Amino acid sequence: MAMTSVTRQENRAGWAFIMPALVLLGLFMVYPILWSLWMSLQTGKGMNLHFGGFANIIRLTKDPVFQHALSNTLIFLVVQVPIMIVLALLFAVALNNPRLKGRAILRTAIFLPCVTSLVAYSVLFKSMFAVDGVVNDTLMFLHIIRQPIGWMIDPFWAKVLIILAITWRWTGYNMVFYLAALQNIDPSIYEAARIDGVPPRARFFRLTIPMLKPVILFTTVLSTIGTLQLFDEVNTITASAGVGGAPADATLTLSLYIYNLTFRFMPTYGYAATVSWLIVIMVGILSWIQFQVAKER
Amino acid sequence: MGGLTLKDIRKTYGAVEVIKGVNLEIAPQEFVVFVGPSGCGKSTLLRMIAGLEEISGGDLTIGGRRMNEVDASQRGIAMVFQSYALYPHMTVRENMGLALKFAGLPASEIARRVDTAAAILGLQALMDRRPRDLSGGQRQRVAIGRAIVRNPQVFLFDEPLSNLDAELRVHMRIEIARLHKELKATIIYVTHDQVEAMTLADKIVVLREGRVEQVGRPLDLYDDPDNLFVAGFIGSPKMNFLKAQVSGGRLVLPEFAGQTLPLPPLRSAPDDGAELTLGLRPELFRRGGEAGLELMIEIVEHLGDETFAYATPGRGGPVLTLAMGEGRDLSPGQRLTARFDATRAMLFDTRGQRLR
Ligand SMILES: Nc1ncnc2c1ncn2[C@@H]1O[C@H](COP(=O)(O)OP(=O)(O)OP(=O)(O)O)[C@@H](O)[C@H]1O
Ligand SMILES: [Mg+2]
Repeated sequence: MAMTSVTRQENRAGWAFIMPALVLLGLFMVYPILWSLWMSLQTGKGMNLHFGGFANIIRLTKDPVFQHALSNTLIFLVVQVPIMIVLALLFAVALNNPRLKGRAILRTAIFLPCVTSLVAYSVLFKSMFAVDGVVNDTLMFLHIIRQPIGWMIDPFWAKVLIILAITWRWTGYNMVFYLAALQNIDPSIYEAARIDGVPPRARFFRLTIPMLKPVILFTTVLSTIGTLQLFDEVNTITASAGVGGAPADATLTLSLYIYNLTFRFMPTYGYAATVSWLIVIMVGILSWIQFQVAKER
Repeated sequence: MGGLTLKDIRKTYGAVEVIKGVNLEIAPQEFVVFVGPSGCGKSTLLRMIAGLEEISGGDLTIGGRRMNEVDASQRGIAMVFQSYALYPHMTVRENMGLALKFAGLPASEIARRVDTAAAILGLQALMDRRPRDLSGGQRQRVAIGRAIVRNPQVFLFDEPLSNLDAELRVHMRIEIARLHKELKATIIYVTHDQVEAMTLADKIVVLREGRVEQVGRPLDLYDDPDNLFVAGFIGSPKMNFLKAQVSGGRLVLPEFAGQTLPLPPLRSAPDDGAELTLGLRPELFRRGGEAGLELMIEIVEHLGDETFAYATPGRGGPVLTLAMGEGRDLSPGQRLTARFDATRAMLFDTRGQRLR
């Protein structure tokens, strides 16, 4: 089809308008992404790189530290994301009840953690969960435990601590999505359900959950991505002497491992890029699975 | 099918009383329409009958049973909402069957009832669609279908047609009238629409600020309103109200340079000097008569079969609405003597009560 000169001119103007943004995006996003893909095929330390083909992928299969980091990350993912999603949903439904008093305050309180400074919250968690910290003291005072828990010393409890921390930080964030979605539901739908004799539990499972499905999918994908990239907490809260992932790499995650490969050990950029691309692939696959699950009727 | 009795029904929100003692008898199979200005409590009253709103005082009985504390699902009522309130993630079939499922009916019985309702409403082709894939009229029909399958004693409608366009509204109005005949159900219907109220109702209940102003058959309310409010509310366009004073057995109209009219027939003549309000329906002027008012036309609305003229006695003064039949030759600025039958005028005292 022939383009009129006006359309062509408009086209040119359009491209001119978005060009600056495109150049910047290309320079700082597309180019590094492609470069990292190329780099993942390189082996060697520091600046001394040479083409290694699939050598890095083979190295992945033989690297016990990588496999440890991978399994840690998956444990965080499988345990933390469902807990947080369910918790956020329950909070949202509770806070959406107009008869609840002090809704605004509670809503703010639950949302606040995700906007607090990472450093402040890490310091606080570190002191609260110290062996002689307020958490152990309280638990012992209530006779729930006899011995203080080594939150940052025991490999199991260290994982629990990280899960507690990120759940504390991100539940409110997810809750806000649910609250927004709930407030968009026509209240007469629930009135119709009351007249139809649908009991409260069924109203939640048969009406609320299905109506929130798109938002639940969205937050699940978002949380999955976030957890696969988990870095902040394990590099601050469970860090000892400035080294994250303590104790004994019990909280070492893939992102932290990439960081170590690049900045802490003798840099192996190529291998680090390979691990990064592995995260990308995992995000892609998991998101695809989640979309499929949500799609089936 | 059961009737309803409302005895001194009240509703308060905190310190505010919004329903102030409503007494009402609704016979089985009756079609009752609640009308009244916005905020008068129509929806609140309907929702109290439905069990969606707690009853603060009085007694509600449906089908002879006291229902004040009975759960909404056990009252034998079904409700159709203005927003349809369909379950968005369920198909039409599932929407209609949900109540029956929770009532514990076997699947075969549910299917039978849903299919019957679908046939009544002509929904068969849409049964596997979701609400978002339906037009407004179809959604409304599904909402009605969801009410029908439950086989309720009483149907409650809260402005069910107000989200539809004018043409569809007429269509659905006729549909609802047909359903009422077919289902032989008791229906309580809230509307803003004069035409819906006049055409559908066996009985109209006019509400105002939480009180019943008058209850009666549509034409009785039109021909014989109890008070100024009902006279002004029922009938479209609105009744004309003019100031009048009784003097020597005639009505003096101060706004018409003291022109006088004979008194309409009354059981007891008002005192000399009494200040009254004279009510003249626009349609009186179509029929003509002995009495006449000198007017100047300001605006003319030609509707084809009917013409409305808005006229004043002169500069300023009240604007009267006149229905003039075909009246194709009328135009603004024209002077005319609007003739009418003075015996059909209505009189109201200063408190708004009708003089009979
Ligand atoms: N939850 C509430 N709290 C306080 N007042 C309320 C509440 N719900 C309704 N009202 C008041 O009750 C009165 C009646 O409301 P209602 O919705 O029944 O009016 P309506 O006749 O249906 O009006 P409309 O024709 O606009 O739908 C209104 O004055 C309204 O402000
Ligand atoms: Mg209303």
